[in-house]
Amino acid sequence: MAQLSYRDAVAAAIAQEMRRDERVVLFGEDTAAAGGVFKTTVGLFEEFGPRRVKDTPISELAILGAAMGAAMTGLRPVAEIMFSDFLACCWDYVANEIAKTRYMSDGQITLPLVIRTANGAGSRFGAQHSQSVENWAMAIPGLKVVAPSTPADAKGLLAAAIRDPDPVVFFEHKSLLANKAEVPEGEHFEPLGKAKVLREGKDITVIALAAMVPRALKAAETLAAEHGISATVIDLRSLVPLDAKTLFAESARTGRVFTVEENPRLCGWGAEIASVIQEEIFSALKGPIVRITTPHVPLPAADQLEDAVVPSVARIVAEIRSGLDSRRMN
Amino acid sequence: MSVTREAHPARRTQEIPEATRLRLFQLQVEIRYCEKRAYDLFLQNLVKGTSHLALGQEAVAAGFAAAMNPDDYTFCTYRGHHHTLARGAPMLAVLGELMGRQCGLMKGKGGSMHLTSVAHGVMGSYAIVGAHLPIAAGAAWSAQYRGTKQVSVAFFGDGATNIGAFHEALNLAAVWKLPVVFCCENNLYMEYTPISAVTAVKHPAADRAASYGLERQVIDGNDADIVYSAARDAFAKARSGGGPSLIECLTYRHSGHSRADPAKYRPKEELEEWLKRDPVTLYRNRLLARGVAEGTLAKIESEAMAKLDQATETAKASPTPAVETAMTDVWADGGNAWRN
Repeated sequence: MAQLSYRDAVAAAIAQEMRRDERVVLFGEDTAAAGGVFKTTVGLFEEFGPRRVKDTPISELAILGAAMGAAMTGLRPVAEIMFSDFLACCWDYVANEIAKTRYMSDGQITLPLVIRTANGAGSRFGAQHSQSVENWAMAIPGLKVVAPSTPADAKGLLAAAIRDPDPVVFFEHKSLLANKAEVPEGEHFEPLGKAKVLREGKDITVIALAAMVPRALKAAETLAAEHGISATVIDLRSLVPLDAKTLFAESARTGRVFTVEENPRLCGWGAEIASVIQEEIFSALKGPIVRITTPHVPLPAADQLEDAVVPSVARIVAEIRSGLDSRRMN
Repeated sequence: MSVTREAHPARRTQEIPEATRLRLFQLQVEIRYCEKRAYDLFLQNLVKGTSHLALGQEAVAAGFAAAMNPDDYTFCTYRGHHHTLARGAPMLAVLGELMGRQCGLMKGKGGSMHLTSVAHGVMGSYAIVGAHLPIAAGAAWSAQYRGTKQVSVAFFGDGATNIGAFHEALNLAAVWKLPVVFCCENNLYMEYTPISAVTAVKHPAADRAASYGLERQVIDGNDADIVYSAARDAFAKARSGGGPSLIECLTYRHSGHSRADPAKYRPKEELEEWLKRDPVTLYRNRLLARGVAEGTLAKIESEAMAKLDQATETAKASPTPAVETAMTDVWADGGNAWRN
């Protein structure tokens, strides 16, 4: 095991896959010579050269279009869209072209490609550079949607995304990039579609994704230490495919479920999770599923304002307590 | 706008071998017949949804397809029947797809606007205007990366030249020197609005070429020999590492934008002038003038009609797809599961 930052783990995954498969290519804006604006692709241009690691113009349509054309003709492209907010610039490719072409062609065309993108709040970049948009991708049939929370998963899940035969939108969370943790050395691979139970508790089940995972874990510690509430915490890791079985088992064990989402309230991923859970294991639930989300507002820039809207450890604790209290009052 | 007054580079059309000319004629005839049949089937309510016919634009498809290698890539728009047929996709599979039958190219999952036949190099028909230009560039990049000498061609209408994807694709292709040919079928109208009414330059594609360091090429898109020669030159350039080309083919659609459009916005004189320049008639007369026997041409025509009749009847008799197939092939494993 080596201590790696999340950003270095991203680069390590790409390097690992480029070494084992000549078909893997990497490109995007400032991705090659500069090593990425988030320094998630440092060293790859030097190791693999300009044929396989390329800088593109600021042309999101061309980036995803080229990735698609390359993927359908034998390459395994990894395309970077610098900020996930910019997916809106090339949403035609995400939603209409890449997601649907396999189906429309009756399986004649396969698109093994990865769209990597920096997602999420915490950098005080304001409303157009801070969004969490994994729920956008989740709404489109034909896309796999992955969002790791740890350096080890950044490496293992990105490796799996690159090897996957289907298009994967891979969300790298900006506020996690500097986090360091142990990452397996050598080849590391984590299958897509497996949620991870990070903490076992008996009272409540908390389901989180990406940057909300460490916050949910801290909230669980506070709930245990200060309020006598014992929480299970699940890192969802992948929205599509969804590890529904783990969610059902862990939700049924406690009967009280909370989701912690960075998405704004309406149609955040937790809404679908809550829907699936209540449909399948309603009788095991002891109270309503409570969603803890960013309110339905664009993200503000000022640090005090951003911190006020994105779920914090304190708010997660408070909303879980109030969710449980309201149940008691009933 | 008369194409005869348009300057275009001198092409070595005299060198085109006789067999190629007959092939160009055959392709145009087959496309013409098949498109007319598609319209008839529409009137019989056997083709549902919509369809965008390429009647009048046959020479572009024939000229390009005849110059392509079997492993080259074609990317079409929603008006893509002619290019799909020209690459060799069977009439049965094309008509079957239009009719939503099991025998269709994509077994009814794509429809008229998304004809795809990878086995024939048709890498899809894309119904979002301009979307496939960057995709064609990506396929060209892949060919360049793999060193295969394949060329990728994106066919698109005049309307696509005002959308961002056109410009992003041309720039990327030029910067990376990609083996891709961008072929604009300028039929003068986007849907209902003349392209000239909404475009800052006279030639919507060719007048933008200089922005990407490319040669300005406007050709008579109703002359299959000229199209073939221009395509052949562009392919030779692409295969030798010379990068992309942008060719604007002046042509005209004989029918409306889609089956819902009676095309009443077109001046009568304009329509009449272009019908006089019908590519199939023009080419037939040229072959006769070159000494090809009437019987040779009539045989090509009767064989095309016989092939079409057989394809039509077989398609009509083909079953509709099993409804279960609506749930397949979302993923590479053939299924649609989003959860365990």
